[in-house]
Amino acid sequence: MGICKTLIANKSLAGQRPPSLIIPGMIALAFLLVPLIAILADAPWGSFLTIISSPTALEALRISLIASVSAAGLVFVTGVPLAWILARDVLPGTRFWRALVIVPLLLPPVVSGVALLSAFGRRGLVGGWIYDLTGFQFPFSIAGVILAATFVALPFLVITVEGAIRSVDRDIEDAAAVDGASTRRIFQSITLPSIAPALVAGTVLAWARAVGEFGATITFAGNLEGSTQTMPLAVYTALESDRDSAIALSIMLLVVAVAILVALRSYYMPGRQRHNP
Amino acid sequence: MMKLCAFCISLGIMMLAAANATHATGNQPDPAVAALPRTTITVSAAASLTDVFPIIAKAFNTRYPKLSVKFNFGGSNALVEQLRAGAPVDVLATASEPTMWAAVRGGWVSPKPSHFAKNTMVIATPAGNPAGITSLVGIQSPNVLTAVCAIEVPCGLATRRLFSVNNVSVTPVTRELDVRAVLGKVIADQVDAGIVYLTDARSAGKAVTTITIPADKNIRTTYLIATVIDSSKQQAAQAFIDYVRNSTSAQSILRTWGFAKP
Repeated sequence: MGICKTLIANKSLAGQRPPSLIIPGMIALAFLLVPLIAILADAPWGSFLTIISSPTALEALRISLIASVSAAGLVFVTGVPLAWILARDVLPGTRFWRALVIVPLLLPPVVSGVALLSAFGRRGLVGGWIYDLTGFQFPFSIAGVILAATFVALPFLVITVEGAIRSVDRDIEDAAAVDGASTRRIFQSITLPSIAPALVAGTVLAWARAVGEFGATITFAGNLEGSTQTMPLAVYTALESDRDSAIALSIMLLVVAVAILVALRSYYMPGRQRHNP
Repeated sequence: MMKLCAFCISLGIMMLAAANATHATGNQPDPAVAALPRTTITVSAAASLTDVFPIIAKAFNTRYPKLSVKFNFGGSNALVEQLRAGAPVDVLATASEPTMWAAVRGGWVSPKPSHFAKNTMVIATPAGNPAGITSLVGIQSPNVLTAVCAIEVPCGLATRRLFSVNNVSVTPVTRELDVRAVLGKVIADQVDAGIVYLTDARSAGKAVTTITIPADKNIRTTYLIATVIDSSKQQAAQAFIDYVRNSTSAQSILRTWGFAKP
């Protein structure tokens, strides 16, 4: 049924190709592609392998992967319930809370970093209390990198998933409720399966945002090879002295990120079709 | 061909400007400069000049009311990188010699940059020095959180030289990309100590406590300034450089902020 719908949609689109859509669309595609081609053309291919196999590059990649995957996990386990709370108007003033969720998208990431310092730094509102009690502080540790990435990535998942939950057929949920299913059971058996594509899309978006995160990280977590220096920080640091290294590192990050996206896609696509018979 | 001509012309103008500079005393307005048409020059300057250069520019503008200066502050390397990309600036002022020589080698600035100030390093601690640091030896302890500049930027190279002169081995918790970021971490009380230029510590006022390093154990960094070759405002640019180097007022402003004689 899902496949049929797609076929019909494709056929009707194939029939008419209005230039008013095609031309601006192609311009957008070119706009996205040209800088990528330019950076590939600029790459120091001769020394590429040497640069990307340096300890600095490998350490930065390791930190980036650990931090972005952890952040995506945190975003998932806290963001999905938040999306449900917003979609189902659980709290008074849903519109206000929804606007609040978007704030990290509006803030310049550096400002997010400053705000995180005020909250979770060792003299911060919450961080000061944690530091006095345990001696632990988020800045200058990978925990700080994960926290910064989670903060900036959360809105991407919440917005995506909330929209999907809102579009779930309430009648089915209500019917299940009439039959005596608990709210939790309804959420697990009806809501979650029907929003599976949005869950994947939201998590992938959040992860991608976490991978590219720079400003909040350098402001909140600092920049030290082997502990807080992620790929974007390594790229920016390299840019100060060696443009070739910076470009090679950027390409390395791009290749790894795209490879992971492609792998995820082939893994999730069949599952997605089974959920929508 | 066109490019070559533009280069000849700018070279000619530069030589003219240099000739003018020799008969300007430094403390009297130069009539040739005063007669220049109304213009605004853009100066790309190292982050550590953020506080002092606008004050010098104001004094310069008082002497030559038709000449105004606006600034583009940043890490010295980033400024050179911008020049490579064709940034429309008239003067480059860097916090280190290697960065200026990179710009000279690239052919983006005049091959004869001038020295105009020197700086030294200090330990900046949060107000009141809560960790009780007294010297560079003290920040070697793993319990002391120290912020330094990354070795990719001038203040990081200077810090590395400082540590090697003092024979200390410090494990920082962060390597920031410019000296103001190190200072920021100290002011926010996120670290116990930061290695910064004397002038940055002074600009922070009471927000930091400064631990000085004895002169015989300290290092000196050099500030250089040069005109940008592609600039169409060579005379005004050279006038600003002469003013920064030679005028008593500019040099006394530099002293007030802690910069040493070139």
